[in-house]
Amino acid sequence: MRLPDKTTAIEEAIARIPDGATVMLGGFGVPGTPFTLIRELVRQGQKNLTVIKNDANEKGMGVDHLLASGQVARLVTTHIGLNPRAVALKNAGSLDVEFCAQGILAERVRAGGAGLKAVVADIGLDTDLARGKPRIELGGAVGVVETALRADAALLHAGRADTFGNLRYAATARNFNPLMAMAGDLVIAEAEIVLPPGGLAPEDIHTPGPFVDHVVRLAHLSEEYGVVRR
Amino acid sequence: MSDARTRMVARAAREIAPGMVVNLGIGLPSRVVDHLPPRFPVCLHTENGLSGVGPTLPPDSADRNLIDAGGAYVSTVPGSAFFDSAVSFALVRSGRLDLTMLGAFEVSQAGDLANWIIPGRFSPGAGGGIELAQKARRVAVLTMHTDRDGTPKLVADCSMPLTARGCVSRVFTDLAVIDVTPAGFALREVAQGVTPEQVIAATAAPLAVPDGDIVVF
Repeated sequence: MRLPDKTTAIEEAIARIPDGATVMLGGFGVPGTPFTLIRELVRQGQKNLTVIKNDANEKGMGVDHLLASGQVARLVTTHIGLNPRAVALKNAGSLDVEFCAQGILAERVRAGGAGLKAVVADIGLDTDLARGKPRIELGGAVGVVETALRADAALLHAGRADTFGNLRYAATARNFNPLMAMAGDLVIAEAEIVLPPGGLAPEDIHTPGPFVDHVVRLAHLSEEYGVVRR
Repeated sequence: MSDARTRMVARAAREIAPGMVVNLGIGLPSRVVDHLPPRFPVCLHTENGLSGVGPTLPPDSADRNLIDAGGAYVSTVPGSAFFDSAVSFALVRSGRLDLTMLGAFEVSQAGDLANWIIPGRFSPGAGGGIELAQKARRVAVLTMHTDRDGTPKLVADCSMPLTARGCVSRVFTDLAVIDVTPAGFALREVAQGVTPEQVIAATAAPLAVPDGDIVVF
């Protein structure tokens, strides 16, 4: 018995994402952002996307390319302060932005990945973030119903993968990647190093292969992956 | 950094007790770490997924995959751990964070914090700030006493949208250390060369001043 090989050409994997799709993107700032998969999504030009990502990257990087090409209709995120284009598009009303508290975004994605409908939290009760969300009383306290998030596609970046799609993330590049890995109907992981099955020890795997549909081997790392010199 | 800022940050560093798990917010609070004694026993947490945050690194020696939530390149220390964003905020919301230090636009005498929206000018999203403010066991604010125009940041009621209600215990400014008590703001310490009268004048809410000598930092 051997585990299936999921290595796929990047063009073929990204072509499975249709117009109008909801797309989760891993990453917090640079670490963990699947820059190469995003570039291919820009090249193929799928339109009217809903993007779910912690942040909007910075000028000239990652999500910024998707915004520049006008492919994003809606962004679910926690913070866009480092991307002036995202701020300008939001202020102009041409980008619909839904802000989430960061840990609540994580839990909504995790809940979606775990097959749950929602989680109940008490974060942001005094803010606009909780406005319009259903409230319930639990144990004498008010809870806000935070609906689960799933996506048509989740695009991930892993330091190491094996051909079956077992993933291991480097340092703080883990962030939202393992959560989104569970919450996409189609999960595409780009990896810096792709090993044969057994190349990752079973106890060292962060995302188990059954969650992953396609593994894209990165031939080289563009400068977007590098250290940002501010 | 000006002397007054440095003194404020150094004073705030003394708020960190041995053994604590601490999250230092973006901006001035992140500088608090520079004033901890070497080998001080503390675990710094950053919400993008690291406990045991080590010193910041210049670009040339940075690991491209190792940042803090403010985007600074940091390092690990012996015993550091990486985790995903859900685990990171489980740590925050479950009460494992002993202390967070945050910046502020306004703090009210009831301990309300406004630090994420300036209506019409600034609304980039709160990141993890709301959970830190709401769920850390103790929230201290580190801020200049007034904004650039001289407008007080310590106020009776916040005019800007709140981050969290009643969360702030203590405020460190360039002028003073002020506690939020059930009776409102209470002056605890003043900066070198600053009088209680100057602090009162720069505060837009009643400020209780202790009788007798006041500690100077």
